[in-house]
Amino acid sequence: MNLAPRQSRPGEVRGDHKVVASLVPEGARVLDIGSEDGALLDLLARERRIDGRGIELSQAGVNRCVARGLSVIQGDADKDLSDYPDRAFDVVILSQTLQATREPKEVMSELLRIGKRVIVSIPNFAHWRNRMQLLFRGRMPVTKYLPYEWYDTPNIHFCSLRDFVELCHELDAEVVKAVALSAHGNEIPVNAPWWVWNIVAEQAVFLLKR
Amino acid sequence: MSADTPSPETSEDVKANEAIAPSSKLAHFPADEPLELDSGVKLGPWQIAYETYGELNADKSNAIVICHALTGDQYVASTNPVTGKPGWWELMVGPGRPVDTDHYFVICANVLGGCLGTTGPATMNPQTGVPYGLDLPVITIRDMVRAQARLVDYLGIDTLFAVMGGSMGGMQVLQWAVSYPERVFAAVPIAAAARHTSQNIAFHEVGRQAIMADPNWRQGTYIQEGVRPTKGLAVARMAAHVTYMSDESLHQKFGRNLQDRDNLTFGFDADFQIESYLRHQGMTFVDRFDANSYLYVTRAMDYFDLADQFDGALPLAFAGTNTRFCVMSFTSDWLFPTSESRQVVKALNAAAANVSFVEIESDRGHDSFLLDVPEMFETIRGFLTGAARARGVPAPGGEA
Repeated sequence: MNLAPRQSRPGEVRGDHKVVASLVPEGARVLDIGSEDGALLDLLARERRIDGRGIELSQAGVNRCVARGLSVIQGDADKDLSDYPDRAFDVVILSQTLQATREPKEVMSELLRIGKRVIVSIPNFAHWRNRMQLLFRGRMPVTKYLPYEWYDTPNIHFCSLRDFVELCHELDAEVVKAVALSAHGNEIPVNAPWWVWNIVAEQAVFLLKR
Repeated sequence: MSADTPSPETSEDVKANEAIAPSSKLAHFPADEPLELDSGVKLGPWQIAYETYGELNADKSNAIVICHALTGDQYVASTNPVTGKPGWWELMVGPGRPVDTDHYFVICANVLGGCLGTTGPATMNPQTGVPYGLDLPVITIRDMVRAQARLVDYLGIDTLFAVMGGSMGGMQVLQWAVSYPERVFAAVPIAAAARHTSQNIAFHEVGRQAIMADPNWRQGTYIQEGVRPTKGLAVARMAAHVTYMSDESLHQKFGRNLQDRDNLTFGFDADFQIESYLRHQGMTFVDRFDANSYLYVTRAMDYFDLADQFDGALPLAFAGTNTRFCVMSFTSDWLFPTSESRQVVKALNAAAANVSFVEIESDRGHDSFLLDVPEMFETIRGFLTGAARARGVPAPGGEA
């Protein structure tokens, strides 16, 4: 499920993937939800020697992943996570997918059940560019990063970074680390309070545990 | 000998010879090395006929067992001596093929209960001096896999790199992974299921009743009585063949086209092309397969229920498995539909197993796994290469 449209050039590693990879321990048992074409799993297999599995919504994506030697099944984060046993994985990754789930809170709770650590990357709906579009144009934001019109978007549950952190509190999940990323997928190096990140970060990657 | 059997002398003779002394490789186990069957019977002496392709590497880490479907045989990638036709999976197995015999050592055995050299109902019963017929104990899929495991022992191989197969072959793959998890590095069950459904059993019963209703069947003693239940076996094959295809593929191939005529005859000749096609399928099948084997092997599939071996809990079957699975189904397969494969995947997930699942778009029904389906080949090639990399087996493409 590629909701983040910013396709990287061949050989180029996506910014959020780089951050995710830095948070995954060597040799970990990893479940990647929303594997797209397998770029992240492939990166983790090469750089972190993980024992990786994936779930991907589109069958075409799954078939591409398996043909490149990755272990991926067709599945839906909203429905299929309940199949997995408690703490089955060292790390569960949900990359740019939470906003497209029907029950984000349920999904988050399942992630925290089956993974000892959970990595979630989300687009920040409260990014200043989105705020500007709503404030000055009075229109739902459509950006390079969120390219869908309000009526045909797969994204149904947007949140801001602060909303997400609030959800983590509700679910008793501890934010072990958070990395804010700019529009270009680069880490924002400032050690700023949440309210700043909530404006300047276009996306963020969270490492959680319960 | 029934008059409607084409070229009866030669084909029956060849078939009888192949059932007892196959032209393929053969492992014979004497009476003091019996095979213990699920029915409780110790079967001995017994034998298993097999073919191999490619070379076993020095550390014996590149062996792939291929399990054949219901009426298949050990000639997966070489000429079948009865039919003279190419191997049944030559598109999949061979030099440069997805199962690349330049890199992998492929073993394919005729199943227990079969009729091409492995002990089956056509084998001579040493107690009576005549073919077993119905005196052969009922065989299960697990028995078939036990026999293959004995063959793998006999070949001096400890762990298989992979076990793969379609349909009944896929059932054997699942059973392999459950019976011998430590001996199966990777498993590829294609167009298969963890159990034979009620509908599947129903179709098999139609076939068996057709065979047993043939007056030439004679309670299974037809070989010693010098007759063959060819009509019953042909009908069984015709019914089964329909289940292997999809409505779409039948429609594309035949529609309602008439055979060698312009008008309906208002009789019961084969007016339609599909009718004469099915009759042809039935006729050629009796030439190469044994009716009693058909009874035994269909029964084995009917009895198959992996969960049943674990108090109905399929995930328990896979608990703690380290095998890498690649489950594959086809969109138009209504005999072993995707939903059955998904049950297997669900159970594997519940065991936190390493699993890939691919549903291939194909309008050609259950038989798709035997046909030229590029996406299937590409997936198998990729999966095996990934597994080879994980196991440190040199894979096609050069990387270890």
